[in-house]
Amino acid sequence: MESSMRFLNNLFAAYAVIWGGLFFYLLRLTRRTRRVEDELESLRALRGR
Amino acid sequence: MRARDVFDRWLPWVAGPAMLIALYCIFLVAPTEKDQGIIQRIFYVHVSSAWTAFIGFGTVAVTSALYLWTGRDRYDRVARSAAEIGVLFCTFVLLTGPIWARHIWGTWWQWDPRLTQTLILWTLYVSYLMLRAFGGDDDLVRRWAAVLGIFGVLGIPIIIVSVRILPGIHPAVLMTREGNTGLVDPRMRLALYVTAVAFLFVFIWLVHLRTRLQRLADTMAAMHAEHG
Repeated sequence: MESSMRFLNNLFAAYAVIWGGLFFYLLRLTRRTRRVEDELESLRALRGR
Repeated sequence: MRARDVFDRWLPWVAGPAMLIALYCIFLVAPTEKDQGIIQRIFYVHVSSAWTAFIGFGTVAVTSALYLWTGRDRYDRVARSAAEIGVLFCTFVLLTGPIWARHIWGTWWQWDPRLTQTLILWTLYVSYLMLRAFGGDDDLVRRWAAVLGIFGVLGIPIIIVSVRILPGIHPAVLMTREGNTGLVDPRMRLALYVTAVAFLFVFIWLVHLRTRLQRLADTMAAMHAEHG
């Protein structure tokens, strides 16, 4: 029983690594893209002045 | 509508459900392996991550070669993006493998040929990313990175054949040393292939997003350079 619980915890850990990793990478990518888009927008606005 | 817009609109709607279908196949379609028990279900995401990492590094090699040949920035951007996503999936391989190994082999790590080669491959592409991050952005750095990206991919065939020709403890996945399939039950094979396809969609989506970010960053750098 204890051994199968440990198996289950580790199985959960393995899936959490992948799904968590993908989620955080995607989140980071989206935030970086938004930041660069905002900066580009302000640069273009400065240029247009 | 341009291909880029189609990717933007549809890829999340393909990759997201594909991942859910993969989970369904892993936990509700594939049977529990009789010797290893439920911990064997790590195998589906572990192997799919490895295949995706190989596709990522293969993409780096092909687009790097195209960059060296044509000098077009778009190939360099795809190479850089694919390297980052490839390293992400290779990291998953190196993290999920030991969790399985702890139960089956009784140890987190063994200096088995396949494991060692995978670690070397990961280190090579981390070096590639470090070169891109800290080496500046001039043409020479891009060209050296492209050479590294092409050189690194040579590790993949070694990893694939090492399990069959070199003595080690890593199990063969689809073809054992004796020539039999490593997955006896067809439902297990189905779960593996569905997961691999789902990961491939996620890979394409992430490379698309990362390449877009790189394009924007390059545009911004060009504007800064133009206006001081």
